[in-house]
Amino acid sequence: MSEKIKFTIDGKQCLAKKGQNVLDAALENGVYIPFLCHVKGVKQAGSCRICNVKVAGRTMTACTTPVAPGMEVENDIPELHDLRLAIIEALFVEGNHFCPSCEKSGNCELQALAYRYQMMVPRFPYSFPQKEIDASNSKILIDRNRCVLCKRCIRSFQDDQGRNLFAFKSRGHKVEINIDKECAVNLSDELAQEIMDVCPVGALIRKEKGFNEPIGTRKYDKKPIGSEITSVV
Amino acid sequence: MRTTVKTIIEKYNNDKTRLMDILMDIQNNFGFISDKFVEVIARETGLSIVDVEQTLTFYHFFSKKPVGEYAVYLNNSVVANMKGRAAVAKAFEEELGCKFGNLCDDGKIGLYNTACIGMSDQEPAAIINDTVFTSLTPLKVKGIVQQMREGKKVTEMIDVIGDGNNSSPLINSMVFNNIRKEGPVLFSEYEVGAAVKKVTEMTPNEVVDEVKSSYLRGRGGAGFPTGLKWEFCRKSEGPRYIHCNADEGEPGTFKERVILTELPKLLFEGMAIAAYALDAKEGIIYLRGEYKYLKNYLEAVLEEMKTANLLGENICGKKGFDFEIRIQFGAGAYVCGEESALIESAEGKRGEPRNRPPFPVQKGYLGMPTVVNNVETICTVVKIINNGADWFSMMGSHESTGTKLISVSGDCDFPGVYAIEWGMRIRDLLEIAGTEDVLAVQIGGPSGVCIGSKEFKRTISFEDIPTGGAITIIGKDRDIIKDVVVNYMDFFIDESCGSCVPCRAITVLMRNKLQKIIDGNGVMNDLDDLVDWGAKMKIANRCGLGQTAANPILTTLENFREKYEALIDKDSDYNTGFDLEKAVADSCAYVDRVPNL
Repeated sequence: MSEKIKFTIDGKQCLAKKGQNVLDAALENGVYIPFLCHVKGVKQAGSCRICNVKVAGRTMTACTTPVAPGMEVENDIPELHDLRLAIIEALFVEGNHFCPSCEKSGNCELQALAYRYQMMVPRFPYSFPQKEIDASNSKILIDRNRCVLCKRCIRSFQDDQGRNLFAFKSRGHKVEINIDKECAVNLSDELAQEIMDVCPVGALIRKEKGFNEPIGTRKYDKKPIGSEITSVV
Repeated sequence: MRTTVKTIIEKYNNDKTRLMDILMDIQNNFGFISDKFVEVIARETGLSIVDVEQTLTFYHFFSKKPVGEYAVYLNNSVVANMKGRAAVAKAFEEELGCKFGNLCDDGKIGLYNTACIGMSDQEPAAIINDTVFTSLTPLKVKGIVQQMREGKKVTEMIDVIGDGNNSSPLINSMVFNNIRKEGPVLFSEYEVGAAVKKVTEMTPNEVVDEVKSSYLRGRGGAGFPTGLKWEFCRKSEGPRYIHCNADEGEPGTFKERVILTELPKLLFEGMAIAAYALDAKEGIIYLRGEYKYLKNYLEAVLEEMKTANLLGENICGKKGFDFEIRIQFGAGAYVCGEESALIESAEGKRGEPRNRPPFPVQKGYLGMPTVVNNVETICTVVKIINNGADWFSMMGSHESTGTKLISVSGDCDFPGVYAIEWGMRIRDLLEIAGTEDVLAVQIGGPSGVCIGSKEFKRTISFEDIPTGGAITIIGKDRDIIKDVVVNYMDFFIDESCGSCVPCRAITVLMRNKLQKIIDGNGVMNDLDDLVDWGAKMKIANRCGLGQTAANPILTTLENFREKYEALIDKDSDYNTGFDLEKAVADSCAYVDRVPNL
């Protein structure tokens, strides 16, 4: 059982557990592959496409690809850098992200990725979509302007009967996130905090607690995202 | 009302994996699925309300608001437009005094746009309450509207009856088959049941080997070797399932419609053979909702096959060879033609393609090994078993054995279904389809390629230009960008499941950029951007839809670049397309001023 699989990322020798995906294995081996939709231990979505890596010339998402013996993964290469930056930019223009006033500023993974990838002006024009805010839940505010549709909340939270607290509505560019009015009616403070923390952006905000932590002292205020794994040169 | 809903849910054993059927029955019964109904469904199936809504809101033919006693779904595909859709749509709007996307006549009649309904050989066409109306004209629309106002049943509004089995009382449809070239494989004579009888005398492995040695490749488009798919599936522990993909949604395709109408027994027999090879007890035909007019007929054929002991228990007297087929209807979602999205949908969920691995042959329907094969593929297997793998592999080209059904439509005299040998040259096909002055040919539908006359010497084959079967002919007078590319891009925007960021967002951004060019605000850099963004779409998305959603722009930019350049002012290298006057129009109106720039 403890047998490890050998593989490489950008030439660096790495070891993975059997069945482990490339993304988790990379992080454990001190290699940073950027991601937005992945949550460790939760079923992968493979939807943000930021963790796309190259294996044998083909792009595939690191979070959904199991490590195979001898696999040679390309990660930190210009082509993927630009692809990832393009995806980050697409997310910025597809929504309405007003970082300076956002409760998650400094704790936001999208913002942090934009800094790490040195996004200046997105290559795409902003679309300024009209999005609806849902404040009907007593503990959680849904601001769809800031949602990146990563499905972290959908995949992470079920009630005691296994029913999903969150789900998608519609399809394509009209897709949006919704909270269940029955299953999510009596959220505990702890769960509400967990929901806010799982959300990589400021789409799920704990009511009245969003600014508990002052801006300036937050997770990515001092060090770039992923720097605990691979520092930015 | 509530009791009816409960009865419907009980009919499906309160099973959440049958959510598609539950929603469909409720939609058919009431014409809409209200919040109250959603709550009942959630409670009875053990799903959360948002989960029921997730499925409901994914599909085009489910609606939370009433769609009307008569719901008119008028196709808005490229070919429909070529054949005069605009005049037909205008006639509907004028007769009813309301616009598409709305309920008219106090909620009695609804007008809706819909993507290709598989009638490209007889457009303009519409579906009204599951009944198909083909070759529409403004005059015919007048009659239809009048009859709807009189409260006539849609089935009684049909004035022409199609050929072949379309005239069967169980179908009774206006649809014509338009079989132009029968070919030596699918439409050749055969004895029903002979092949399934034959396989009962073989071992399952021998059946797989026979299919493998025919080199049959999947006919849906991807071309994966069928025998190999079966072999992979057999390696996974069961129970195993065979699913038939009858969701042909690629605009311009309609060959499956013809198979389902004329050769349903061939299809069911093929499924039984696959079931024998895979040791599967249950099969599903995932049939697009647009073809619901075939429901009664197909169900009757299934019963007939059971009576003949070609389905059911101990098939052909072989003990333990039990196999049942159920028809799962889709509800208007192109992406469900992708095999893992099809499985998700058959399980009652939104049709979102799955991540691979695991592959469906490892973990498919209900987490069990599942083979998904296209209608044409399954039918072909029967003929291979009957006539032998060698007979089959003698036909076609080196990497593409046998024949292929092609759906030809657009600017040609003889639209319809052609069974051709793989390796046929495009120009030879154009000749028999009755064409002159062809500007371009779209091969494989919007997700395929658009080629010009320089490429007509190329062949239809996996080694050259592969196709699932849609060939749309675009005449010299068409505007390829405005008439074709725009429509295809809008199609992909509507049909994206919305999961992958590039597919969801960049498709829209490319479409907007295209509009900027069409509006006369394009610069040369815009073309480079389109190529660059399109290249990213190809590699970054999960499924075939996202990977090919940029193809309408990419392949026309490659083969008809001059058409784009003609729209661009080459002296300008900077133009944002921003219209200040338009941007301030609203605010000026508020303060009762006109923009003064």
